[in-house]
Amino acid sequence: MMSGLLSWMIFLPLIGAGVIMALPKDNHRGIRAVATVAAFLPLVLAILLLAGYDPSTAAFQFQENAAWIPALNVNYHLGVDGLSVPMLALTALLCFLACLISYNITNRVKEYFAFYLLLEAGMLGVFAALDFFLFYVFWEVMLVPMYFLIGIWGGPRREYAAIKFFLYTLFGSIFMLVAILALYFTSTPHTLSITDQIARAPGMTHGFQMFAFVFFFIAFAIKIPTLPFHTWLPDAHVEAPTAVSVLLAGVLLKMGTYGLLRISLPMFPMATKYFAWPMAALGVAGIVYGAFVCMAQKDLKKLVAYSSVSHMGYCLLGIAAYGSVAALTGCMFQMVSHGLITGALFILVGVIYDRAHTREIDAYGGMWVKVPVYSGIMVLFVLGSLGLPGLSGFVSEFMVFLGAFPYFKITVAVGVVGVLLTAAYFLRMIQKMFLGTVAGQTEHLSDINAREMIAVAPLAVMMIVLGVYPALLADYIKATIVNLVKVIGA
Amino acid sequence: MIQTAWLIPIFPLVAMAAIVLFTHRHRALSAGISIAAVSLSFLWGWSVAVSVWGDPTVHRMSFDWLNLGESMYIPIGIQIDGLTGMMLVVVTTVALMVQIYSLGYMRDDPRYSRYYAYLSLFTMAMLTLVLADNFFLMFVSWELVGLASYLLIGFWFEKQSAADAGKKAFITTRLGDLGFILGLLLLYTGCGTLTFQGVFSAVDSHVLSGGLLTIAGLCLFAGAVGKSAQVPLHVWLPDAMEGPTPVSALIHAATMVVAGVYLVARSMSIFLAADRAAMVVAWIGIITSVMAASIGLVQNDIKRVLAYSTVSQLGYMIMALGLGGFTAGTFHLMTHAFFKALLFLGAGSVIHAVHTNDIREMGGLHAKMKTTSITFLIAALAIAGVFPLSGFWSKDEIVAATLGHPIFTVLTLAVAFMTAFYMFRLYFLTFTGKPRDQHKFDHAHESPKTMTVPLQILAVLSVVSGWIGLPWLEHGFSSVVFHEHPHHPEFHVVWAFIAALVGLSGIGLAYMMYYKGSIDPERVRARATGLYTTLLNKYYFDEAYSVLFVRPYYTMCRGWFWFDQHAIDGAVNGLGRVSVAWSVFNRWFDETFVDGAVNGVGWLTRGFGAIVRHLQTGRVQNYAFIVFAALVVLWLLQ
Repeated sequence: MMSGLLSWMIFLPLIGAGVIMALPKDNHRGIRAVATVAAFLPLVLAILLLAGYDPSTAAFQFQENAAWIPALNVNYHLGVDGLSVPMLALTALLCFLACLISYNITNRVKEYFAFYLLLEAGMLGVFAALDFFLFYVFWEVMLVPMYFLIGIWGGPRREYAAIKFFLYTLFGSIFMLVAILALYFTSTPHTLSITDQIARAPGMTHGFQMFAFVFFFIAFAIKIPTLPFHTWLPDAHVEAPTAVSVLLAGVLLKMGTYGLLRISLPMFPMATKYFAWPMAALGVAGIVYGAFVCMAQKDLKKLVAYSSVSHMGYCLLGIAAYGSVAALTGCMFQMVSHGLITGALFILVGVIYDRAHTREIDAYGGMWVKVPVYSGIMVLFVLGSLGLPGLSGFVSEFMVFLGAFPYFKITVAVGVVGVLLTAAYFLRMIQKMFLGTVAGQTEHLSDINAREMIAVAPLAVMMIVLGVYPALLADYIKATIVNLVKVIGA
Repeated sequence: MIQTAWLIPIFPLVAMAAIVLFTHRHRALSAGISIAAVSLSFLWGWSVAVSVWGDPTVHRMSFDWLNLGESMYIPIGIQIDGLTGMMLVVVTTVALMVQIYSLGYMRDDPRYSRYYAYLSLFTMAMLTLVLADNFFLMFVSWELVGLASYLLIGFWFEKQSAADAGKKAFITTRLGDLGFILGLLLLYTGCGTLTFQGVFSAVDSHVLSGGLLTIAGLCLFAGAVGKSAQVPLHVWLPDAMEGPTPVSALIHAATMVVAGVYLVARSMSIFLAADRAAMVVAWIGIITSVMAASIGLVQNDIKRVLAYSTVSQLGYMIMALGLGGFTAGTFHLMTHAFFKALLFLGAGSVIHAVHTNDIREMGGLHAKMKTTSITFLIAALAIAGVFPLSGFWSKDEIVAATLGHPIFTVLTLAVAFMTAFYMFRLYFLTFTGKPRDQHKFDHAHESPKTMTVPLQILAVLSVVSGWIGLPWLEHGFSSVVFHEHPHHPEFHVVWAFIAALVGLSGIGLAYMMYYKGSIDPERVRARATGLYTTLLNKYYFDEAYSVLFVRPYYTMCRGWFWFDQHAIDGAVNGLGRVSVAWSVFNRWFDETFVDGAVNGVGWLTRGFGAIVRHLQTGRVQNYAFIVFAALVVLWLLQ
């Protein structure tokens, strides 16, 4: 089992999707049960992965390598290191929790869960693939179910949002495909192995690195998303059903930063150095700009969506400081932390939307009186999101700042202002919705139920644990990042 | 005890967790757990302090919290020296008194358990703050006390003003914290560590350049400006009075707001080496002190007078530190904590009795609540600097610290005069004279024992706590708190006398205006209407900030959102529309020209065929005719 662990992780959801396709479409309970099991098993495997992974080395572990299309030298190559292990675990966790939240889907249940599990398989695959062909296949596999999940089960503007998401991401993928082909044809012997390509990086010319870096960056920048490619995000997040928003924010955005760490930095170190400051500036611009825009939001879900633009800016800033172990670790930490926190925030937005059918901030008031447990949990996650020490978001922000400061002093100083701006928009939201006297839609709310509680409680626990003792996660990441910094040759 | 000093903040932490997770439905049990925990912290804190005083060794314990190699290595732990010992005494004592007092004060509140959970959270964070052996842990707990403050200011959040005040406090102090964060980044980049020991030894061995040190010092000080409510970030503290009064006593008078003072005192090495930064500290301190004291002269809300008094006294401490008077500043921190907590709790007792904060509706309350009145009077005498109460000794040290800087000396004395005046104005208007609201007076009553006993204990401390700083003591305050840098300002009998005289004259003026009535306050007011209005409106800071920052910020954010939707997303959608239009055009072009050309060729062929078809009739005579006609044509052409 341990040898094929990654394959099992990826294919169990696919098997689940297959089983669901075979079930009668009215058997909602059966479908949900199968989906839950199919989403739970990868989580179990993820825990085994965490237990079996040796964090002291940067070498790839749990590798599986088999010839797939020998004529093109394409291999089915999977493996994990400190970049992928945390992301796989996060993905498996969020997929399971979001599956619980999906129980309230009543329309075309069978297709929903089939697409959902297909999406999970794609996401897990991206984080485990070590072959460009495989990577690209998983990357595109995610797109299709996502398109349908938003387009069929989404909100009023779902079709616009789905098409926008699809085209935008596809637009980026094309650049990535061109860059991958270029890498393939310039290598001798032609190879699509990510590890082999990294190994030949020192032989690449400066011009080629610049070209390939930019092409990959376009694809990744759209996913993260960085300014000015971010406008698909608020539409997609707001229109998507709750569970899909959770995965969009919690996992899909991280594909961009993961790609930069996995591919761009080690493969194109010269270009990375050349573009370091622009990346830092983009990151900080995202932090500040996202916070400005959040301040003007009237829709709670849109507020959370735009806050992702701001928070992913920390990741990009961390990546820009490619020579600092702290900054890159901070980026990874932020990816996990943002996944936990924003995932939970989307779940919590969904909780009140299910009850009152509106997400207008002004439609609520005094919720802390009416639904105290919900309010306490929401405020806890908001505090995590605004970087309160003791919770995971603070750790990652501090790591990024501390790591990036020696490289970009003024830029980081501007980024630090984001800490204040984030507090401003979140506290404004808390005041309007939770404080004051009971008003508006608050009357119709009932407090969080057990199933919803089960979905957010693990996230809260992890947010606190990682905030109090971050070494638990940092130890998984550290060796790989140390090696990455060495490879880049700062 | 010192080996287990790390338990001191753990007790309230456990209490908080227990209340939140298990006992929040049981009011008495929650309060009991919280008070039991803080009592343990109190006993531990005092015994640690006693054993550390008179023992110059600094005790340190730490573990590796996060180790990412050179770029980020953060061990965290605790450090116990004289200064920490003093802070432990202050924090645990006031916290214990306030928690006991709250049993009575908050008795009827529906969110009683939550209140005690928040208090425990605060106590935990504050104790961690004073025990921390490094700037990082200090910052972490610094933010957590800020959170507790936010939650407790907005404790009665149904009131719009309370919710506003909490938010304002959090955001204003966080503005200062940006400086604190930058200071951490600068220090780590410069020294490679954030432990006090590491940073200060780097400073002492001149690892950091002077300019960098000045900037780092000012950045740290920005944090202190926010937390300790100094100009220009002082605006949150008066509003923070929206919180329950025991909270004001604990957080917004005795402990959290002195965290900034503690930070500066703790960073003594930095400010001693960066004298320009130290001068900024001193000036901010005295400006704050004068400004806040002058506002305090005219306020009518009993808690607001005390709040401005707190701001003013914090300015005193900050100024003293800036001028190098580290003993003076920290000594005043301690004495002030006791008498200001007492003043607030006394005010709370009054509010509890008459259900109003407005001193214009009080008067003559001494008859109804003797214990409150007498303890309040003791505290007022202490803050006015009357011999031999605690304030006399610490204020004397502050005056001594200003010697050599005449402007500071004069302003310090002016503040002393104003302090004595507004404090006794408050006392006389509240407790003496005739009741101005008979209904409220009739319903007034002395508070229960849970509230008056803490008042009495704090009254004793307000009297005696200054005595450990008696100038002729061989091992007095200055030698126990700053072992590493002994600092002995000599006792200046003349200055002590002058300062006491200034205080007494302030009391005298208040006596004539508000007790005897020999000077009519109305006439004084009428002669300085402009000044009076300015003071009553607190120099219009809030209005100015609203116009200059808050509203423009909202407007700007809306502007950026518009930009996002119309410019950026507009461009994306525009691009989408252009591609659609291009496709439509292509389709038209395709159908008209490309397809047209293809069809055209077919059409032409057919048309041509239709014509040519007539030639091929299959009749021999037609062919013969054509052949003949052709021959004729050829012949003619020849």
